[in-house]
Amino acid sequence: MINEIHQKILNQEIKAVELVEKYFKKIEKEDKNIQAYLTLTQDLALEQAQAIDNKVKRGEAIGKLAGIPLAIKDNILIQGIRATSASKILDNYIAPYDATVIRKLKKEGAVFLGKTNMDEFAMGASTETSAYQKTKNPRDLSRVPGGSSGGSAAVVASDQAVWALGSDTGGSIRQPASFCGVVGLKPTYGRVSRYGLMAMASSFDQIGPLTHSVEDAAITLSVLAGEDKKDATSAKSSDKLYENYLTGDIQGKKIGIVQEHYEGLDKEMKDIFFQAIDKFKKLGAIIEEIEMPHNQYALATYYILITSEVSSNMARYDGIKYGLSIDDEENSGAGLLETYLDTRQYGLGAEVKRRIMLGTYALSAGYYDAYYKKAQKVRNLIKQDYKKAFQKVDFIFSPVAPEVAFKFGEKMNDPLKMYLSDIYTITANLAGVPAISFPIGNLTIDEKKLPVGGQLSAQWFDEEGLLNTAYTWEEN
Amino acid sequence: MSVLKKEEVKHIAELARIGIKEKEIARYQKDLSSILDYFKKLKALNTQNVKPAEHITGKKNVYRQEDTVKETKEKEKEGILKNVPHKKDGKIKVKSVLN
Repeated sequence: MINEIHQKILNQEIKAVELVEKYFKKIEKEDKNIQAYLTLTQDLALEQAQAIDNKVKRGEAIGKLAGIPLAIKDNILIQGIRATSASKILDNYIAPYDATVIRKLKKEGAVFLGKTNMDEFAMGASTETSAYQKTKNPRDLSRVPGGSSGGSAAVVASDQAVWALGSDTGGSIRQPASFCGVVGLKPTYGRVSRYGLMAMASSFDQIGPLTHSVEDAAITLSVLAGEDKKDATSAKSSDKLYENYLTGDIQGKKIGIVQEHYEGLDKEMKDIFFQAIDKFKKLGAIIEEIEMPHNQYALATYYILITSEVSSNMARYDGIKYGLSIDDEENSGAGLLETYLDTRQYGLGAEVKRRIMLGTYALSAGYYDAYYKKAQKVRNLIKQDYKKAFQKVDFIFSPVAPEVAFKFGEKMNDPLKMYLSDIYTITANLAGVPAISFPIGNLTIDEKKLPVGGQLSAQWFDEEGLLNTAYTWEEN
Repeated sequence: MSVLKKEEVKHIAELARIGIKEKEIARYQKDLSSILDYFKKLKALNTQNVKPAEHITGKKNVYRQEDTVKETKEKEKEGILKNVPHKKDGKIKVKSVLN
């Protein structure tokens, strides 16, 4: 989709301003039902679009993303624009600076339509923990879009943006992409700068695109990727244009599948999974059974580590430098401690507080060795599993989620049940490998076609191989 | 299922600087205990000769160059101060730490 629009803008078949107006009209019509946007940025969008139209008129060169409208998850900062991370504690927060990805996109001439809804502080798998509104799955409004980048997935699936930015800590791009029937890419850890992304779990977080096609994911990644002095964890730039690696040829490529992954799937999900594998075979890939022996420890490892990192990262929301500041002087005192206690008690949602409490416990005296240190060791074992696997195969194919989009409220009362939604996606974040979710089928329930995604993962920094393999499947 | 004591929950909340009501304690006891039980899975795994995971990309000690820090521009200061809940004379106001 991005390339087609780019060509139309280049040969002046369509003006960027017209395109923006078309999308805002669509948003006006659709979003009262979908509720994916938290903030719209019409003035900024029109300004950006006009600048591109002027450039085209003057015959100046423009980038591949110029004039193309996207939506941005509300935990990514755009200077001068409200950023809430779907939390009440940041209800009035206006970002003082641009995230690095935003700076790059502005340089490219991309157009920002608005900020999308998400689970509060990216903690969740359904977008239900947002303190503001519930985003509906465009394929079935009684079901969740997935999370935490549910708003971003929903806007792409309902054509309220050409593409969107999301963030992925344990599957928050891939799972909503699967639930909504779009493509979602989590790059290798360090591939894309985290500067200007509100931190959830710093050794897991990555920003990535949600798009209509794998080709679009490649084009957008080329702009987003790169080393950043402002992010000490960012990796050396590859200077690659990933779209140039989409050959459509995967002859002889080895794709690993893991028995523990698919044996637990429901029959219909398993059928779709194996149909996808058959297609890979027809395209010349070699399917090999591989083992990831520490898979069963992944969920426990993940939740100990991320809650620990969360408990540290959330400490900044204390009512002093920004955001909500509450002093409930009736029930507590009026000192500094009470500002902290009250602000965080009333400003943070239940799931955020639960994870802070868990992480605080895991890191507290007497428990650090048993929980955090142990989990860090198991993380290393999981990383080794991937290293060993990639000695035998080039890519790994697995499900994205154990189910299709579930109904609202189905998992809210049982945190552990919600955490199990992440079971296929978290290992990629634990190891840092890149992974992509792309549509591989549908399940018909209540006469609605609910999308099912397939997940490919690749070796560290092999985004080009990853994208080409998914692209080849998608194009045939 | 081993249940966390009330005092433990209160202590964690204090460390986390989160105010909790009496009626919330029972809910936290239940939620935290069931999740912590799940974490016990890791105990069974032998990790005696395993090193903790290092930085994912293997990067070490990334330092900022000397003399790269410049004074904050007025406009940047404005953007930051705009969000400050309690301020005075262009500074962030904080209640006294020691009473």
